[in-house]
Amino acid sequence: MTTGRIPVGERFRGFRARLAADGVFRPQRSSVRLGHGPKVGAGPADGAHPAGAPGSADAVGAADVPVVVPPRDVPPVARRRRGRGGEELRVPEAEFTSYYGRPILKAPVWRWDIAAYLFTGGLAAGSSLLAAGGQLTGRPALRRAGRVTALGAVTASAYFLVNDLGRPARFHHMLRVAKPTSPMSVGTWILTAYGPAAGLAAVAEGARLLPERGVSGLARRLLPPAGQVAGLAAAAVAPALATYTGVLLAGTAVPSWHEAYPELPTIFAGSALASGAGVGLLAAPCAQAGPARRMAVAGAALELWGAHSVETRLGLLSEPYRLGTAGRLLRAGRLLTAAGVVGALAGRRSRVVSALSGTALLAASVATRFGIFHGGVASARDPKYTVLPQRERIRRRESGQV
Amino acid sequence: MPDGNSLYGPLDPAPDAGWTSAGPRMGFFTDTSVCIGCKACEVACKEWNAVPESGFDLLGMSYDNTGALTANSWRHVAFVEQPVPAGHRSAPFAGTPPDGPSGVGPQFLGMPGAQPPGRGTGAAERTDFRWLMMSDVCKHCTHAACLDVCPTGSLFRTEFGTVVVQEDICNGCGYCISACPYGVIDQRKGDGRAWKCTLCYDRLGAGMTPACAQACPTESIQYGPLDELRDRAAQRVTALHDRGVPEARLYGHDPTDGVGGDGAFFLLLDEPEVYGLPPDPVVTTRDLPRMWRRAGLAALVMTAAAVAAFVGGSS
Repeated sequence: MTTGRIPVGERFRGFRARLAADGVFRPQRSSVRLGHGPKVGAGPADGAHPAGAPGSADAVGAADVPVVVPPRDVPPVARRRRGRGGEELRVPEAEFTSYYGRPILKAPVWRWDIAAYLFTGGLAAGSSLLAAGGQLTGRPALRRAGRVTALGAVTASAYFLVNDLGRPARFHHMLRVAKPTSPMSVGTWILTAYGPAAGLAAVAEGARLLPERGVSGLARRLLPPAGQVAGLAAAAVAPALATYTGVLLAGTAVPSWHEAYPELPTIFAGSALASGAGVGLLAAPCAQAGPARRMAVAGAALELWGAHSVETRLGLLSEPYRLGTAGRLLRAGRLLTAAGVVGALAGRRSRVVSALSGTALLAASVATRFGIFHGGVASARDPKYTVLPQRERIRRRESGQV
Repeated sequence: MPDGNSLYGPLDPAPDAGWTSAGPRMGFFTDTSVCIGCKACEVACKEWNAVPESGFDLLGMSYDNTGALTANSWRHVAFVEQPVPAGHRSAPFAGTPPDGPSGVGPQFLGMPGAQPPGRGTGAAERTDFRWLMMSDVCKHCTHAACLDVCPTGSLFRTEFGTVVVQEDICNGCGYCISACPYGVIDQRKGDGRAWKCTLCYDRLGAGMTPACAQACPTESIQYGPLDELRDRAAQRVTALHDRGVPEARLYGHDPTDGVGGDGAFFLLLDEPEVYGLPPDPVVTTRDLPRMWRRAGLAALVMTAAAVAAFVGGSS
């Protein structure tokens, strides 16, 4: 038992280093923040009431009235960086209590695969709509690019989703049940309906490459009409595929995701439209790209409105979307979206400008998805975002405002 | 037949889940005012449920080296050291004579003191210190977000009204972990699946008490029919208030709260967040109908925008 065991001191140092790297635990300030610094026996004047404990003055001298002064946390200031140009508006600091500064919620265990899936799933949906539009209005370049991109994106989605599972070999357990209370179960069935349709539509694009004789000749004749039906079926499911991911994120206890539930589906719908439009701008000649330009404008408008709303409407819970990685990604997404729309409108006669704006729209979609993802994760990691809004809710309820 | 309160509000969860001959709902009442921080519950839980090792790290958080409820810690004893004004008589001392057991004089046993610190020296000499201990556990919510969002059906409601993960079904999607408003259920590293307290489903089935409650030496952890535990808890709070512990309060006992009441509830001596508990948790599925409506609206807007893009222009 004792052989090969790591000395305890080693474990301790390793653990503290790991926590410090995660940003969860800040040992160098813990004594002040948590009020555990002074050892037992230190008099009140010695700082038994820690620096961060306003309200302790009320308690001193109230010996016969049991007033408990819980250790107060000072919100973690060091992690916030002031952005360039003072863009990061700060919510007034509020005091709150926590258990050694530890998060109350478990941060999502989803890795970057899920953020990437948010993008590829939206891209597939937007591309399918673009392809169906191209199919119905006689724009073959849009149809072809949309169908092929949709298949590629939905294949990548399936990979990301399975890869993120703790037990990837058990991915098919998702198909045991259909539960409307589980957005992930609903999404599984949406993908199950969408994937084969998008796949068949894309495969049909290759029909003209088949030989004209024999079985392959039969396939050559049957595939295009089948592809038409499949393409329309994929487009019919596509809006559900693009928007259910908003419910997927909002259907958690992660504060900044849950409270953003009115906006998330809109942001993701806009982002999906914009990325689908980006594919059209990249792949289609200028003569056929008109609908893609209009789709880009509509998608960008939804995306920008939604992102602006979550960054401003949620009070304290908007903060994770403005700070740190999430803030940088969402700002980048906004700039890229604006650039993409300007390029799409200005580059009507230029293939190069159109392609550049399409690339910008795709990049904007990636940045927005990762920004929303990181914002939520940051809000789950800091107990402040759990405690303060819930305290506010209690206060409102007790004052009869709800 | 689903109840109107299936997603939110007071509910008896086992019949709602389809059990036709379910007995009374069983649960835990954890009275932290008598917890002595021995961690017997943590050990008993690990032993019975064969939970892998954890807690060998020194965290620098008082005597808490477990840190939090995790996949490998289904009971977690929290230790909170607080500066409390001198003379305050907190719960363990309330109602006991101030000068120790009567009749026997103090005997020197070679230890720093024969009595708890501050007991014999009078109020003026006492230190500003209070120690809170609390054995945390899965709350087995009436409206369990983990169960509602599980896409595989791995999490299920038992006939005792508790919530259990089936490890042969779980595929480690991690959705329950983000959905839990208490941060209880967790993914086991190297295993990939989600794990949490089962309220000793196997022992309950055999009519036994869960391992942690069985091992608790002070009956801080009490197991029984939830209605009975709620009555007992209310009496205990009243008794503590009468003895001069006004800060005693129940947590998770109210069937009208944000999760419809907890199957495992607590008596606390401070605000919930001091122990690392959320002050007002709400199950995420309360807003689910509204979420789906918003998603449907966004999907319609998206379809309309795509149609307009193809129909509306000249080029």
